[in-house]
Amino acid sequence: MSETPTFEHSETYKRSSERRMRLNMGPQHPSTHGVLQIILDLEGEVVMRCDPVPGYLHRGTEKLAEERYYNQIIPLTDRLDYVSAFNNNVAYCIPVEKLLGIEIPERAMWLRVILMELQRIASHLIWYGTSLMDLGAITAFLYAMREREKILDIFEMACGARLTYSYCRVGGLLADTPPGFEEKVAEFVKDFPKAWKEYTDLVSKNPIFMDRTMGVGVVTPEDAIDMGLTGPSLRGSGVDWDIRKNEPYYGYDLIDFAIPLGTKGDCYDRYLCRMEEMMQSNRIVEQALKFLKPGPVKAPDPKITLPPKELSMSQAEAMQRHFYQVIHGFSVPVGETYGKIEASKGELGFYIISDGSSHPYRMKIRAPSYVNLQSLPLMTEGRMVSDVITCIGTIDIVLGEVDR
Amino acid sequence: MPIQESLQVVVSKLQDKFGDSVLSVQEFRDEVTVRFKPQVWIEAHRFLKEDEDCAFNMLIDETAADYPLRNERFDVITHLLSLGKAHRLRLKTQTAEHIPTLYPVWKTANWLERETYDLFGIIFDGHPDLRRILLTEDWEGFPLRKDYPIEGYDI
Repeated sequence: MSETPTFEHSETYKRSSERRMRLNMGPQHPSTHGVLQIILDLEGEVVMRCDPVPGYLHRGTEKLAEERYYNQIIPLTDRLDYVSAFNNNVAYCIPVEKLLGIEIPERAMWLRVILMELQRIASHLIWYGTSLMDLGAITAFLYAMREREKILDIFEMACGARLTYSYCRVGGLLADTPPGFEEKVAEFVKDFPKAWKEYTDLVSKNPIFMDRTMGVGVVTPEDAIDMGLTGPSLRGSGVDWDIRKNEPYYGYDLIDFAIPLGTKGDCYDRYLCRMEEMMQSNRIVEQALKFLKPGPVKAPDPKITLPPKELSMSQAEAMQRHFYQVIHGFSVPVGETYGKIEASKGELGFYIISDGSSHPYRMKIRAPSYVNLQSLPLMTEGRMVSDVITCIGTIDIVLGEVDR
Repeated sequence: MPIQESLQVVVSKLQDKFGDSVLSVQEFRDEVTVRFKPQVWIEAHRFLKEDEDCAFNMLIDETAADYPLRNERFDVITHLLSLGKAHRLRLKTQTAEHIPTLYPVWKTANWLERETYDLFGIIFDGHPDLRRILLTEDWEGFPLRKDYPIEGYDI
C-alpha cells in the first residue's frame, strides 16, 4: 500500500503526527453496502486520509462478455447493479441495437420505460432504507421494503423473476406482459404518493437526521463535474444534467417531468433529490401507461429475435431459426458504439466494439457507482468518521457495479 | 442522420489546430471518433476542455482495447461529454505500453486509469497513484489482454 496521499488534501495531511491511527473499515462492515474496504487514517476522530479499496466482488464481467453471444450477456448485466437489474439490461441492449441498426417496437419501448422507472423507484427505496439504517433509523428500512415489495410483484408478474430479471432481449423484450399487468401498475402509481408522503414525513424534517446530513460531504458543482459525478449525486450539487431530459431517448421527450436539483451539494440535498426523483418517476410511469398500446414486443427481424414459441413448435423453419440462434447467436456489424441511459445511480454506459462476429470484441461498462465512489475522499477527508458512513449512504453505491 | 452541428465545428477546429496529428475522423451511428497521435494526447484533451466551442467539461470514460497482432497493441479510448452543449466525442490513440496521464486535466481519470492499468497493464506516465484497484496487489498478468485465458491460469 502506497503511503503517498492520493489527493491534494495535503493541508490536513501535514498536520498529522504520531497520533495517527489506521482503521480498516470493511470489507465486512454492515454500512459499506456490500464488500467495500475503506482504509481510514485517523487522528482522533478526524479522517486524515480515506482510501476506498474496491474489487472484492470483481467477477470479470467484461472479460466474460468477450466470449459470449450478445443475448447471453444479458444475465451478466443483471448482476452489476443488482438492485436495479432492469436498467442494466436496457443499457446493454441500447448499444447492441444501435450497432445492428434496429428499432424496437413501440410497445416494447414503453414497457421498458415503465419498468425502468419502477426500477428506479425500487432502487431509490433500497437506498432510502439502507442509508437511513446506517444512520441508526431502522424503521425507515421496514417502510421502504413494503413499497419495494409491490414493485417486485409487478416484475414477477411480467417476467417471473424478482431480482435478476433478464427480461430484455436485443430487439425488444422476452415476451409480452400477462393480462392485468397494466391495472396492477396503475394501482401502484395511484397508491405510491401516499406511501411516499409517509417516507418524507418520517425522515425529511427529523432534527437528528438533519444534523447528521446538512453541511456534510459538500461537493461544489465544479468539483462534481471534475470528478465525473453523474445522476442524483451531480444534481444534488445543483448541476442541471439528466440524460432523460438533455439527450432524450425512448420517448422521454414526450413526457412531462421535472429534474429535482439541490443547491448546497451536501448529503441532505442529495437525499432530497432522490426523494423527489421517486415522485417524478411515478409521474413518468403514469404518463407512459397512457402511451402503452397493444402490439408486438420484439423487433420483426428473424435473424435477431427468436420466433414465437407456438411457431417454433409447429413450423420447421421457425424451429430451425430457433436452434440456429441458440447455437450460433447472431452477428453484429463491424463498428463501435456507446449507449447510455440515466440509471438510478447515474450515467450507465456500455461501450461495445464489434468485430463482426457474434461476440463483442470488447465491452466496457461505464458504471456510475464506480466513478461516483471516487469522490468519497473528497467528501470525507478532514471530517469525522461518522460522516464517512453518511457519505457512503448518499453516494448510493452498489458494489456489484463498482467491481463488475 | 447527420451528426450534430456543434460536433462538426469541434471536428474542424481539431483539424485546424492539430493538423497531421489527427490521424482519422470517423462517423458511425451518429457518434464521432477522432484518432490522435499519442504525442498530442494531453494537449488535445486540454484543448477540447478549454475551447469555448468544444467545452467538453466532463470525462465520462477512459478505457482501452487490446489488438495483440499490432505493433502498438493498445488503443486508449476516452469518452468526453459537454454538459453545456450536450454533445459527446470519442478520442483514441495507440500505444505499446506508455501513455501520459489525463489526471491533470480531469480528476476522474484517477480511478479510470488505475482500472485500465490494472486490467491491461498500460502505464500512465505521471499518474500520482498508479496501483491495482480491482484485483489484488499480488495479481500476476493483466486479464483483459487478449492473450490472457478466460478461465485464468492454474496456480
